Amino acid sequence: MLKDITLGQYFPGDTPVHRLDPRTKLILTFVYIVAVFLVGSWGGYGLVIAALAAVTAVSRIRPKALLRGMKPLIFIIIFTAVLNLFFTPGEDYLFRWRFIKITYTGVDRAISMVLRVMLLVSGTFLLTYTTSPLAITDGLERLLSPLKKLHVPVYEFSLMMCIALRFIPLLIEETDRIMSAQKARGADLETGTLPERARALLPLLIPLFVSSFRRADELALAMECRCYNGGEGRTRMKQLHMAWQDGAAFLLGALLVAGILLLRRLGI
Amino acid sequence: MSLIEIRGLTHVYSQGTPFEKTAIEDLDLTIESGQTVALIGHTGSGKSTLISHLNALLKPTAGTVLLDGEDIYASKAAIRQARFRVGVVFQYPEYQLFEQTVFADIAYGPKNLKLPQPEIDRRVRQAAGFVGLGEELFAQSPLELSGGQKRRAAIAGVLAMEPELLVLDEPTAGLDPAGREDLLEKLFAWRQARSATILLVTHDMSIANRCQRLLVMADGHIVMDGTPQQVFSREEQLVSIGLDLPAAARIARLLRQRGVSLPPAIYTTQQLGDAILALWGKGDGAC
Repeated sequence: MLKDITLGQYFPGDTPVHRLDPRTKLILTFVYIVAVFLVGSWGGYGLVIAALAAVTAVSRIRPKALLRGMKPLIFIIIFTAVLNLFFTPGEDYLFRWRFIKITYTGVDRAISMVLRVMLLVSGTFLLTYTTSPLAITDGLERLLSPLKKLHVPVYEFSLMMCIALRFIPLLIEETDRIMSAQKARGADLETGTLPERARALLPLLIPLFVSSFRRADELALAMECRCYNGGEGRTRMKQLHMAWQDGAAFLLGALLVAGILLLRRLGI
Repeated sequence: MSLIEIRGLTHVYSQGTPFEKTAIEDLDLTIESGQTVALIGHTGSGKSTLISHLNALLKPTAGTVLLDGEDIYASKAAIRQARFRVGVVFQYPEYQLFEQTVFADIAYGPKNLKLPQPEIDRRVRQAAGFVGLGEELFAQSPLELSGGQKRRAAIAGVLAMEPELLVLDEPTAGLDPAGREDLLEKLFAWRQARSATILLVTHDMSIANRCQRLLVMADGHIVMDGTPQQVFSREEQLVSIGLDLPAAARIARLLRQRGVSLPPAIYTTQQLGDAILALWGKGDGAC
């Protein structure tokens, strides 16, 4: 059933990682991404993996969940590996047969690229696993608020994101319902040629569109009825507060980056 | 021979996850051909899950559903057969309208049946006639109809498939009293004309007491099954599972509690009126 699809992938919990301010987590994720690209030695990778493992353990996210998140990326990962493995120029051949050559540099680079992609993905997954979508939007809005000076409608963007996130489960439910109704009228969504199947989707998509517009209309009306008139001067129900834990997190982040740079320097 | 026979039906949602929920448990039910049956129960009592099994939209976790003695899940063809022989009108069916014209929308089901065009025409006209949609509306967009007309067009879309069993989930929700009455009469007239079977899911006791048989669901089980008279005479049990009594039954209950001796099992205003008048006539009532 459609209902079983997980979206947003948030795993609610009450760990130090969950409790961090979303802004801290957003900034640190960004720092982490930069750090992964700064890694220049195997020791550096070891350090990043250790850091990732530590955060995963503290946030009580099962490593399995992180691996599952990587499933859709398997193709990209394999592609990266193959590309680096076979097409890295060099003379230090490990294996050579006609036009196929594998160099030690190639093996090196393939492994580090794959590691890099996997680390990047699991790091960002940790963010979405431990931070609710709403908290992320909130944090983003606050982080981007300096852009308001440049007349970027930050508040409107974050509101749009909020509403979109809120409506995803509703739309899934609605799709389920319309699908049942059309199936009850003998709609056949599963068999037929591709054009036939595409056409079979119309009875699903049109009511879905119609009801989305209706919902949007109703929501706008409801917001207007409560005197909503944009972001200026609105207070929030959930205030974001930085606490000492956030400071500690930043410190750890800085340590990670420093460690990576040091290892890179030392070439370990 | 019974039209529908359900044996040991169990349905568990999201089995094997933390969100696991048993909606129906070991449920047995037979529906005879030609009956009008009302299914009442609280939100979450498993009514909608039950009706989604009647035309094979949901696969049971355990148990079988037999239509005319044959398992509806036996094969793809059997599932398809069940979809055509059991018409299900879901709640707020007007949201399923999608075609460019009312005619085409009503014709969607018969078209899926792969009927010849003249037969489709006949069925659409007949179905529209049953629900009282005039031919002048056929060329309009279904989205331009009024709320009540949309509802009737959507129901006509299912009637046009000429199902043997018509299942309707809250067909009158959101309609005004006149519209409700009108729709019910049309549905009952359709049943008579086609000698079909109707299963009505409803919260409205005044609708339930017009059916021949009443099923009461609670917590995934059928807890009461009988004529409206039998079911409504078990007032206390109905109240204890949090269901409403029909207005007349409620008044009768209050009167009895105050010591007025009324005959048992009063559930229509007609019966209540008669009973009160009878007391009045004898002159020994407390009123």
